[in-house]
Amino acid sequence: MNEIKEWVSENIFLGLEVKEYLRRLITPFNIVAAGILIIGIPLIIIRYMQGLGAVIHGSNDQPFSLFLGWGLFCGVPLAATGYIMASAVYLFGMKDYKPLLRPAVLTGFVGYFFAVMFLLVDLGRPWRLPYPMVRSFGTASILFLIAWHVALYLTVQFVEFSPAVFEWINTRKLRKWAEGIAVGATIFGVILSTLHQSALGALYLLAPTKLHPLWYSPNIPIYFFISSIYAGLSMIIIESTLVYKFLPGRVDPQNFKVIDRLTLGLGKAASFVMITYFFLKIIGVAHGADWHLLFTRPYGYQFLIEVFGFVLLPCFMYVFGVRTGDAKLIRMASFASVAGVILNRLTISMFALNWELPHREFIAPKEFLVILTIITIEILIYRWVVNRLPVHREHPEFTGEED
Amino acid sequence: MNRDRRKFLKLLGFGTVALGMQPGRAFASIDDIKINRPDSYGVLCDVTRCVGCRSCEEACNTVNRLPAPDKPFDDYAVFEEKRRPTSKAFTVVNQYQTSKGTLFRKIQCNHCLEPACATACLVHAYQKMPEGSVIWDEKLCIGCRYCMHACPFYVPAFEYESPVPRIRKCTLCYDRIHTGQLPGCVEACPMEALIFGKRSDLIRIARERIRKSPERYLDHVYGELEAGGTSWMYLSSVPFHEIGLNTSVGTYPMVEYTRGFLSSVPLVLVIWPALLSSFYAFTKRNSEIKKHNNGEHKEEVKNSVHAKGVE
Repeated sequence: MNEIKEWVSENIFLGLEVKEYLRRLITPFNIVAAGILIIGIPLIIIRYMQGLGAVIHGSNDQPFSLFLGWGLFCGVPLAATGYIMASAVYLFGMKDYKPLLRPAVLTGFVGYFFAVMFLLVDLGRPWRLPYPMVRSFGTASILFLIAWHVALYLTVQFVEFSPAVFEWINTRKLRKWAEGIAVGATIFGVILSTLHQSALGALYLLAPTKLHPLWYSPNIPIYFFISSIYAGLSMIIIESTLVYKFLPGRVDPQNFKVIDRLTLGLGKAASFVMITYFFLKIIGVAHGADWHLLFTRPYGYQFLIEVFGFVLLPCFMYVFGVRTGDAKLIRMASFASVAGVILNRLTISMFALNWELPHREFIAPKEFLVILTIITIEILIYRWVVNRLPVHREHPEFTGEED
Repeated sequence: MNRDRRKFLKLLGFGTVALGMQPGRAFASIDDIKINRPDSYGVLCDVTRCVGCRSCEEACNTVNRLPAPDKPFDDYAVFEEKRRPTSKAFTVVNQYQTSKGTLFRKIQCNHCLEPACATACLVHAYQKMPEGSVIWDEKLCIGCRYCMHACPFYVPAFEYESPVPRIRKCTLCYDRIHTGQLPGCVEACPMEALIFGKRSDLIRIARERIRKSPERYLDHVYGELEAGGTSWMYLSSVPFHEIGLNTSVGTYPMVEYTRGFLSSVPLVLVIWPALLSSFYAFTKRNSEIKKHNNGEHKEEVKNSVHAKGVE
């Protein structure tokens, strides 16, 4: 009994007296977060009582609103961190990137978990979420593939992150089991990611006349997959930047010495991927013979801004950052790249879809608040885990052990 | 390594079983539907006969027991805007100023021969019935709204105001045509602008009308081929885009556009494991060689690397 008490005190309350722990919770960040939750959570309850329309700006013109545009179409590529870093470390043997492996897997896991949370709010009948797995199989549907893959990949990511959990609760046996299947899980994870990242784009193959021709392309699955790679790489940089800045106490002091070098390495990889993506996008315009659409308002200009301002420019920032060894520039580039992926996914899921319909509205304040609420919960949970589990540091009992 | 591999294979086996369900009955070919279901029903809408009286809207409202409309059915002010079907009105008539004067067109589900909504649905809530109707099953729908994305005619509507929302759309009066009755709208039309019948007969009738009055009709039956063919078809005196029909929709059923991607799925499932495992093997080999070259037992290693080949 005492043992458990001690463990809880050490691992849940961070070794503080409960009173002291609660007192330390009162920080400006937490107060703002609490404010958002106090407004946002009732809105989510209202959604379940009065229907989607009460809080979300979906309509027959805009079947997927900002809510799903953000939660699923941005959430999934930004959570590509896990498969990227796992394949770098396990399959390509880049062991020096290990300090970033667990953060990347955790970012991926939390990202997917919350993509499902967004779905649970956005689906008309969320209690039927398991239907595609257990009840009725629409095998011709690309969304069926996505449902299965996201469910399986969520499981894989949990397995990939589980060594940290097992270290936290101090069970060597389970940890050993988890590390034994790490390579297999990684390979399975890359397969699943390849398919569902691209399948999110393939959803739009079914609507050739509804998505603006500058974004519609038979290659759209490949665009989604390749952009998920640099989105994942950039998110790893962003994650470490934020944690190293705001939670330095949770980071192994040794890591501060190598993080700039690792960041440069990630930036280099991202620059290669982005230049590839850029040329594929240009080929897409050529293939569709859409040159004449490039200088039309507003879609042509929006496309140019996206491709030059948010793909090519951050790509060059990465290149220069790597050349001059400037990790700061790389970090700036990572924010710009992620902004570009968000812009691309929102454009495709909202603005450029049904573009021929007149008078569409996109933003509703309540919907924005609900999104902010879920993001806040996501950050709080992420922080809770990083504060407790060996994510950015090694567990003292397991130091130096392979996984 | 061996243990890893066994576990990995187990994991992969499970995954492949789960994902291998993918292809299945994905592609009933369009010819199948046309050839094997010549008896399916449809409606021919002759736009040149429609006077915009909205009787069809009223009848649809009655037979489907829909809520009372915001504006009464004899209020023609509704023509000021271009309406689309909603969850409370499965059909609407719009007014268009065309190169041949004012025309009216009725809009509803076109009941595609190979419906995009049914392709899109991940729980098979949509079905194309042998009678021609495309119907939706409330018992299965999870409310994802991908069908609304997929429909090239912007038809399925969603009950955003309900905590237990349904997708709502025209069913070609599935329950009525089953008992030998006409669809509500067809029965109500005072101008005989709507004809209900077997789809193959309707195409013959349409062609006959075009042949008899070539000055009155455009030489095209919209829906005969559009989107792979629809059960609801239109005859018009003006180009179809002038009466708000999507003329860029092409003649392939929408499912054709996803065929390539879906066929690549099993390829990835089979090729990726081999490819990724080879990466892993190369990496492992390299690191072993490096370790040994740096390391103590150079001789021993050389032998073992040679003896074992690549591991």
